[in-house]
Amino acid sequence: MPIIKVNNLSKAFGGVKAVSNINMSVEAGEIAGIIGPNGAGKTTFFNLLTGIYTPTSGEVIYNLERKISSKSFKPYKMTGYGVARTFQNIRLFKNMSVLDNVLIGCHNNMSYGLLSSLLHLPAFRRSEAKAYDEAIKLLDIFGLADKKDEPASKLPYGEQRKVEIARALAAKPKLLLLDEPAAGMNPNETKELTKLISWIKDEFKLTIILIEHDMSLVMGICSKIFVFDYGNLIASGTPTEVQNNEQVIKAYLGGE
Amino acid sequence: MKLINKKNMLGFLAVILTYAIAGFLIDKGFIDSYIFLNIVLIGINIILAVSLNLITGFTGQFSLGHAAFMSIGAYTSGILTAKLGLPFWVGILGAALLAAVAGIIIGIPTLRLKGDYLAIATLGFGEIVKIIGLNTDYIGGATGLNDIPRYTTWTWLYFCVVVTVLLISNFIKSYKGRACISIGEDEIAAEAMGVNTTYYKVLAFTLGSFFAGIAGALYANYFYFIKPDSFGFMKSIDILVIVVFGGMASIKGSILGAVLLSLISLFLQGIPELRMVVYAVILFLIMVYRPQGIIGKGEFKLFKKRGGLNANNQSK
Repeated sequence: MPIIKVNNLSKAFGGVKAVSNINMSVEAGEIAGIIGPNGAGKTTFFNLLTGIYTPTSGEVIYNLERKISSKSFKPYKMTGYGVARTFQNIRLFKNMSVLDNVLIGCHNNMSYGLLSSLLHLPAFRRSEAKAYDEAIKLLDIFGLADKKDEPASKLPYGEQRKVEIARALAAKPKLLLLDEPAAGMNPNETKELTKLISWIKDEFKLTIILIEHDMSLVMGICSKIFVFDYGNLIASGTPTEVQNNEQVIKAYLGGE
Repeated sequence: MKLINKKNMLGFLAVILTYAIAGFLIDKGFIDSYIFLNIVLIGINIILAVSLNLITGFTGQFSLGHAAFMSIGAYTSGILTAKLGLPFWVGILGAALLAAVAGIIIGIPTLRLKGDYLAIATLGFGEIVKIIGLNTDYIGGATGLNDIPRYTTWTWLYFCVVVTVLLISNFIKSYKGRACISIGEDEIAAEAMGVNTTYYKVLAFTLGSFFAGIAGALYANYFYFIKPDSFGFMKSIDILVIVVFGGMASIKGSILGAVLLSLISLFLQGIPELRMVVYAVILFLIMVYRPQGIIGKGEFKLFKKRGGLNANNQSK
C-alpha cells in the first residue's frame, strides 16, 4: 500500500499549465527524489502536496495514519496529518531564536488552554518542559544545541537549512518533504547532509520526498526518482534507469 | 521555567516596593493631583501600548483602531458605574469583555486582510464606533457622558497595569504566543508548521482589545467625563507612536516608550508654541537613527513584503 498516491494531478495558473496529469506513488520508508530543469513545476507540485495550492483537477491521497485526500488539505492541517516540509528559499522565523524556531515545530503536539498560557499554570510548565527537551534533542542531532539562543538569521546558510529540517522534524511527521535541502551548500556540507538525511529516515521512521539539483545527493540516497519537465512527469524509476532514459537526457542536455 | 527563583523574587519585590512607596507619597501629599494625573495617563498609555504591541508588534497585524476598543471600554464602564451604579470591578470587567467581543466581531472578517488593507479596515472601524457614539442619545451623543464616579485610584491603576504587563508577557512565552510571533515573522512558514493563522490572529486581536477595554475603563472613571472625540483616529496614532518609539515586539520597550513620551510632552508644556514641533523632531530622529525603536527587535514596516505565494512558486 503506497503512503502517497497522486492521481492525474494538474494545476493551471490561467493559461499556464504548471503541473499536468501527474500519476505517481511512493511506498513507506522510501526516499524519493524529484528532479528536473528550472521551471519544471517541482515546487508547484510540492505546494499541491501541502495544500498551499488546490489542484485544478486530479487528487493526492495520503495513507498515513488514516486516508486523507487533497479535498481536505489546508496548509495548517498538514502537520496534523503527518506531513511536514521545508522551503526552497529558507523560511525560518528570522528574529526568533533557533530554539523557538524548533519549538514552533512542536506546535501541533502542544495543548494547554488560554488560561494556562496567561497564568503559566502547571499544565503550561509540563507541556513546555516536554517540548523543550524534544527540541534540544533535535538540535543536538544537528549539532546546533550550543546555538539555541541565537537569532536564526545570524546562522550561516548551511546551518539555517539544518534548523529548517529540525523544525520540520519537531512536528513528528511520517512524511517529510524537502525542497532543495542542499541548495547553497558546498560539496563537503552536501556529503554530510546526504548522510544525515538517510540517517534521520531510519531514526524517525520517515518517508522522504526531496527536490534537488545536486545529482550526487539524489543518485546517492534516492531509491526512486521522478523527472519533471514542463509540468509533465517524463520518467520515473531507479537512479540507473533514469540516468539511461533518453527523454531525461534530452530534457537536461537538449536535442533534436 | 521555575515559578519561584531569584529573578522572579526580585521582580516581585520591586513591584511591591514601587507600589508601597508611590502609594505612601500620594497619601502624604508629596505627589500632588497634577503629577498624579500624569501618572494615571502614563499607566493608561502603558496598558494601551503593551496591548497594541501584542497585535502589531508581535503578531504583525497593523491596526489603526486601537482607540476604538478603548472607547468601547470607557463607555461600557461609564454606563455600568454612572447609570447603573455598579461597583468599579464590574465596570472594568464589563469594559474588558465587551471590548474583547468587539475585537472578535471585527477581527474575524478584517484579519483576512493584509498590511495596508487591514490598516484601512481598522481605521474605518474606529470611525464607525465614533459615529455611533456621537449619535446615541443614551450615552450623551456629542456632548459626551458626564458624572462618571471617580473610582480610578492608585491601587486600581497599578493593579491593572501590572496584571496587563504580566499576562501579556506570560502569553507571548506560551506556545500560543509563539504561534502569534511566528505569524508576524513569516505567515506561510507558520501555516506550514501547523499554526492556524486566522485563529491566532483573532486571538491576539481579542486579547489586545480586552486590555484596551480596561484602559478605557480606567480613563472614564478618572476623568468624570468622556466624549466620542477623545477616542478618535489621533488617539490610535498616539498609541501606535508609543509602540514604534519603544520598539516593536518588545514589552519593555512599550513601557519605556509610554513613560518617556509622556514625560517629554509633560516637559514641553513649558513651551506650548513649540511643543508639537519638538515632539515631532524627537520622533523623526528616533526613526532615522533607531528604526527598531528604543529597545525593539524588528524594524517597523507598514507594508510588509513577505514574498507571498507567488515568490514561493517561481521555482528556480
